[in-house]
Amino acid sequence: MTRLPRWADLVLTPLISLVLAFGLSALVILAIGESPWLALKTMVTGALGSSYGWGYTLYYATNFVFTGLAVAVAYHAGLFNIGGEGQAAMGGLGVALVCLALPWPHWALALPAAMLGGAAFGALWALIPAWLQAKRGSHIVITTIMFNFIAAAALNYLLANVLRPTGSMDPATARFPEGTALPRLTDMAAALGLDWGKATPANVSFLVALAACGLVWLLIWRTRLGYEIRAFGKSERAARYAGISPARITVVAMLISGGLAGLMAINNVMGEAGRLVLNSVEGAGFIGIAVALMGRNHPLGILLAALLFGFLYQGGGELALFTQIPRELIVVIQALVILFTGALDNMVRMLIAPLFARRGGA
Amino acid sequence: MGLTAATGDAARPATAAPPAIELRGISKAFGPVQANRDIALAVRRGTIHGIVGENGAGKSTLMSILYGFYRPDAGQILIDGREVAIRDSQAAIRAGIGMVFQHFKLVPNFTVLENVILGAEDGALLAPSLGRARRELRQLAADYQLEVDPDAVVEDLSVGHQQRVEILKALYRRADILILDEPTGVLTPPEADHLFRILRGLRDQGATVILITHKLREIMQITDAVSVMRRGEMVATVPTADTTPEALAELMVGRKVLLRVDKAPAAPGAPVMELAGLRMVDADGVERLRGIDLTVRAGEILGIAGVSGNGQSQLLQILGGYPEPGAQVTGRATLKGAALPLAGADARQRRRVGIGNIPEDRQAEGLVMDFAAWENMVFGHHRDPEYQAGAMMDNDAIRQRTARLMQRFDVRPPLSDLAARNFSGGNQQKIVCAREIEEGPALLLVGQPTRGVDIGAIEFIHRRLVEMRDAGAAILLVSVELDEILALSDRIAVMFDGRIMGERLPGATTAGELGLMMAGVGEGRAR
Repeated sequence: MTRLPRWADLVLTPLISLVLAFGLSALVILAIGESPWLALKTMVTGALGSSYGWGYTLYYATNFVFTGLAVAVAYHAGLFNIGGEGQAAMGGLGVALVCLALPWPHWALALPAAMLGGAAFGALWALIPAWLQAKRGSHIVITTIMFNFIAAAALNYLLANVLRPTGSMDPATARFPEGTALPRLTDMAAALGLDWGKATPANVSFLVALAACGLVWLLIWRTRLGYEIRAFGKSERAARYAGISPARITVVAMLISGGLAGLMAINNVMGEAGRLVLNSVEGAGFIGIAVALMGRNHPLGILLAALLFGFLYQGGGELALFTQIPRELIVVIQALVILFTGALDNMVRMLIAPLFARRGGA
Repeated sequence: MGLTAATGDAARPATAAPPAIELRGISKAFGPVQANRDIALAVRRGTIHGIVGENGAGKSTLMSILYGFYRPDAGQILIDGREVAIRDSQAAIRAGIGMVFQHFKLVPNFTVLENVILGAEDGALLAPSLGRARRELRQLAADYQLEVDPDAVVEDLSVGHQQRVEILKALYRRADILILDEPTGVLTPPEADHLFRILRGLRDQGATVILITHKLREIMQITDAVSVMRRGEMVATVPTADTTPEALAELMVGRKVLLRVDKAPAAPGAPVMELAGLRMVDADGVERLRGIDLTVRAGEILGIAGVSGNGQSQLLQILGGYPEPGAQVTGRATLKGAALPLAGADARQRRRVGIGNIPEDRQAEGLVMDFAAWENMVFGHHRDPEYQAGAMMDNDAIRQRTARLMQRFDVRPPLSDLAARNFSGGNQQKIVCAREIEEGPALLLVGQPTRGVDIGAIEFIHRRLVEMRDAGAAILLVSVELDEILALSDRIAVMFDGRIMGERLPGATTAGELGLMMAGVGEGRAR
């Protein structure tokens, strides 16, 4: 296939995919008798039109950055980690246990500990499929999917039977102590003398997510481990020739991947809910796959794609609130975006390749 | 009566029938690369016509056009004087063209008969087709020495027999123009001789054979006429009887080429590596190495001859520290007098003790094809302290080293950011050679150093290996190219079926004797 210039590959293709997805969504909205224009306006104002909307968009984006990075790190090692959902759920358990273990005096102490807890639980949940792949050849796609169900069932049990405070009817943990409340972005803006407006769940975790993007970039493209991960991901035989242990890279990459997914819990569990509830991940683990695909497994791309999906989530919520468009249709729109930016990527590439080929050949 | 550089009608002999295949002004570009430029070719019916050229000269593109895989940008294809449009391989088959690819396109778990009728069944029920194919195969076997058991499962057949199935497939489809792409690369010399007898038989019955190869010896041995391609152009077509290998090589490369390796007699020193009783049983329980004893001395090249698949790859992988997963390795070895663990070692340990490794398959092992040249230039040595800068890799140091080595090894283009897959085969191999040779190993493992490498680069790589030997390194060379073994080695060991059949000195043996040993006939077996 004709090679596209880098900018076309990184910017043009996703943009065209996005336009196609939105175009098709508009047709669907037309078909049910609603105005696509109104829908778009509602989504944009709802997600980006106010500081409040922005806050929610950033909150969702933070989740997707973590799960997107998790997918990307595994992908560079040639591993398709579909278990972000379960790893993030287990990360939630880790965060909850840390938060409930001590009467934390200040969030600045609680956050690093919760990060460790979340990452460790997520990593351990990824370790089992990784070990099975490395030592037994069990395919990681299958095992990580199965581990999502196991995580959900285990949390069900734990929340209903073990972690639920006596007397509560709610399958959730007790509220975390005051000292674990993370500063919201609105509070932080206020501390700097800026008025962000109404409080939203977006919190300091967003900055942690940004830092994670930078660290993952360094890891993949600047460190020896990243070099070995990429070499193994491109060619296992070459890795073996070079003395890179396939088992070691499989395990290490999955530990990092699961750890990143688990880190997500500082945002939704610690930052937003303040306790661990059932199904706290809400599909963010799966959205991470789409985010990584669209972001070309590059941290910067993942950040942008996560913001897009944050917008779709928040704007979609507004759509259900303020129009007659049913909630299900928002899922359709999200699915179309995933379909076009992820699965049909090559179709778009094939369509625009001749334009560049002609220019190159002339 | 010979063919001249044919350009259209002018060159057509007045008396003869139109050529079986005639190409006029065929051009094909891939983006900015002009793979074929204004190609003219006329192949007379009932001849064996060779096409030679370096890698990237455009041979494969031209044959892909003939077989309908690519559409030419310009030009005409004439079969028996009539212009045809070959849109796909079905059209090529209808035009009577059959293709035998370098990598066979057979279904391994089908029988010979099932493979032959695949895609050419007469109807929904297989029995009539199978019956017809069985009768035809019997006839073809008798006519052309193409004996194959029609009920054998293809994966159980030797490579030579699998190739015959490919030829039978083409003949069953009524091909009277047969194109073979590098057909002898996987054959023993006796198998190659048999193939040539088949091809001569086909020619004598009026078929036309086009043979694509880089082995000039084969061109001289079997073809009637030969065309030379260089950089996408057809530079000459000459009767084989009127040319020499040296002249052809010069036409291919565009300058004078030394086909022989110039080297002084070796001055072997102390043993660098001694290997005793190396055995290996693979994950399926098959014994692939059955007790190998070898000694490689400083300052000598020990060549291992053999048809591929007789344990050479396993030998190199074990010595390189990456035996195939699940393999059980036993035996003893020493390197410079110190024990060298054969089992349970890894490739890093091998590099640490001074074993360099130019692997057999540079694209799957020696290089990460998507990595830039600079990333590949330290591949396997990337843990060395000089490439580390704190917690990060010292990419600047690696780039500088790459620039230096690319210049010293004449890697073209000298762009360290270019991905390995965008270099030609010869330049990819130069990157691997540069990396492994510059580490100054005491023992260098070399597998198929010039497979898929153009003549100019072959010359360069051979010279570097001899230089290394002269500097006192021990070199273990594995190659399926007997010519390469004979030209480079100071001592030759022949491998067959996981054993060393015997050792010979290059001056005191012949290709014929080695060929017999490669086929398992000789002192290693009680005879």
